[in-house]
Amino acid sequence: MSASVERPDRRGQPVVEIRGLWTVFDSPAGPMVIHRNLDLTIHRGEVVSLVGGSGTGKTTLLRQILGLETPAKGTVTILGRPVAELGERGAAMRVGMLFQQGALFSAFNVLENIAFPLRELKTLPEDVIRDVALVKLQMVGLGVEHAYKMPADLSGGMVKRVGLARALVMDPPLLLLDEPTAGLDPESADGFVLLLRSLHHELRLTVVMVTHDLDTLYELSTRVAVLADQRVIASGRPKEVIAYPHPFVHEFFLGERGQRAMELLREYPFAV
Amino acid sequence: MSSTTTQSADLTPGVSLTETDNGPRAVVTGRWTAAQLTVREVWASVVSALQTVPAGTRVWDLRSVQGLDHLGAQLLWNKWERAWPADVQFIPGQRAVIERVARYSTAPPAMIRTTWWGRFDALGARVLHAMGHAYDVTRLVGQLLIDLVKLAMRPREGPWRDMSGHLYRIGATALPITALVGFLIGVVLAYLTSLQLKQFGADAFIVHILGLSLIRELGPVLAAILIAGRSGSAITAQIGVMRVTEELDAMRVMGIAHGYRLVMPRALALAIAMPLVSVWTTVMALIGGMAAAQLVLGLSPEFFLNALPRAVEAANLNLALGKSVVFGLLIALIACHFGLRVEPNTESLGKGTTASVVTSITMVIIMDALFAVLFKDIGV
Repeated sequence: MSASVERPDRRGQPVVEIRGLWTVFDSPAGPMVIHRNLDLTIHRGEVVSLVGGSGTGKTTLLRQILGLETPAKGTVTILGRPVAELGERGAAMRVGMLFQQGALFSAFNVLENIAFPLRELKTLPEDVIRDVALVKLQMVGLGVEHAYKMPADLSGGMVKRVGLARALVMDPPLLLLDEPTAGLDPESADGFVLLLRSLHHELRLTVVMVTHDLDTLYELSTRVAVLADQRVIASGRPKEVIAYPHPFVHEFFLGERGQRAMELLREYPFAV
Repeated sequence: MSSTTTQSADLTPGVSLTETDNGPRAVVTGRWTAAQLTVREVWASVVSALQTVPAGTRVWDLRSVQGLDHLGAQLLWNKWERAWPADVQFIPGQRAVIERVARYSTAPPAMIRTTWWGRFDALGARVLHAMGHAYDVTRLVGQLLIDLVKLAMRPREGPWRDMSGHLYRIGATALPITALVGFLIGVVLAYLTSLQLKQFGADAFIVHILGLSLIRELGPVLAAILIAGRSGSAITAQIGVMRVTEELDAMRVMGIAHGYRLVMPRALALAIAMPLVSVWTTVMALIGGMAAAQLVLGLSPEFFLNALPRAVEAANLNLALGKSVVFGLLIALIACHFGLRVEPNTESLGKGTTASVVTSITMVIIMDALFAVLFKDIGV
């Protein structure tokens, strides 16, 4: 299954299913429960933003969806298969992840970075891999002149774009983003949001992201899931979530910063 | 239009050729996605199926395709020799994928070719690079001297806590491994020489041979090589990571000098710890030698210890200690030098660490040879 053109008979099938998830960290003061019996279902074509105060385990949840961390209790299922199978060959066909710092391989140039998941399968000939990587490079808005640059020579925005191209190289149906616009200047951030939005629209991606940036959140999300009190307290369209009576929601969305972003609120209309 | 083909259970991508009134018509079927195409057998069958379709086939029917992603579209586009065939039949959505591939498919930009002038340039760059190392090392040594004077003038402001930490990590935690290596080397050396000496009946000379070689040469060099591998790499990696994470820049911005705060404590700690570790290694090697001598030659430890001061002059001890101090300083300076030169990426970090260990071990051995030549008349 991949983000390809398909007949629309698979709509509404859960892509990510989290059931009864517990996350417990050991701390000097005894075990600390981060998630208590958390449930979350993400359907095909949704763009879900995870928000919450610091320490509410947003990034941890993202890492658990990726199988990088194992929850203390509960199950995480991706596309109907347990997340533990993600580490196997060809995982890049099912999930793409954009890490906060890009996580580009510093020993490879841009093109090699993008081609890496494909090349590691050792089936396709070199010229096809190169063609695919070049298409993905330009799809994320970078020119071919950057193809042979090393990650150390790229700006922050370019690193994120290359990271996105690498995440998308196998056209996975599920894309995870950790703070996609953090560390970018407003202009690059806007450009990046537009890019993500058009990719979501064109490729019918399911996107899960962690973000603190309200502009990004309003521009992209079809659904917002608020993490607080060790669970998902509210989940729905941005407008519905704002109305939820909880101190964090009030502070986050209706504080001064939130008010400013609200004025620009253009809710993302097309849930594919 | 495509309701019958939707039901097709066969997901393997394929192409078949049918003859129609207006020429051949290629019908594409199956799932043209990365998941399918990256399976080795599927890939082979797709390639051979595509080869059966003659180049320049004008009519393509994609309506029975079960899924098409960018990889599949790329294959088709390449088959079409990067131009639209006269007649392509799509279902909606496929067009967008192929159009995107069509828009972005370009020849890769040319790699920069090496020319003779480029090679000449590269040679120059290497020379400058080597000179850069020399310049940096000189500056590091000079800075260390200045910092030591500064420390001597205001000892209360010195980074003593830092230094004691390094002393512990470099010196104390190295004791088990140096003891083990020293002991085993002592045993092996004593055993092998004992066998030879036994043939000549020169049993008692084992004390001379072991005493001189271990105290004067092997002890200090062995300890220095172990410490270079253990702590030299650690220092380079530590400082290198600080470069990668911009901690070095943060220190500079706060007005804290790298030399005074990073290099000097490590250099002093190594200069102090190195002779101590060297003595420890030597003692352990002598114990190993004594044990082997008793087993093979039947020389009692009492005899060994009594004969040792007469066999080895005290000057050798001083020489060994002096050498060790130099080795320690050398290892610290080389490790800090390569650490500070790390560029903010992981590859450079790995290279720097390797270069640091290799250089410091080589320098230790070169220095040792130099000492041997300079002090050839002393203590033997």
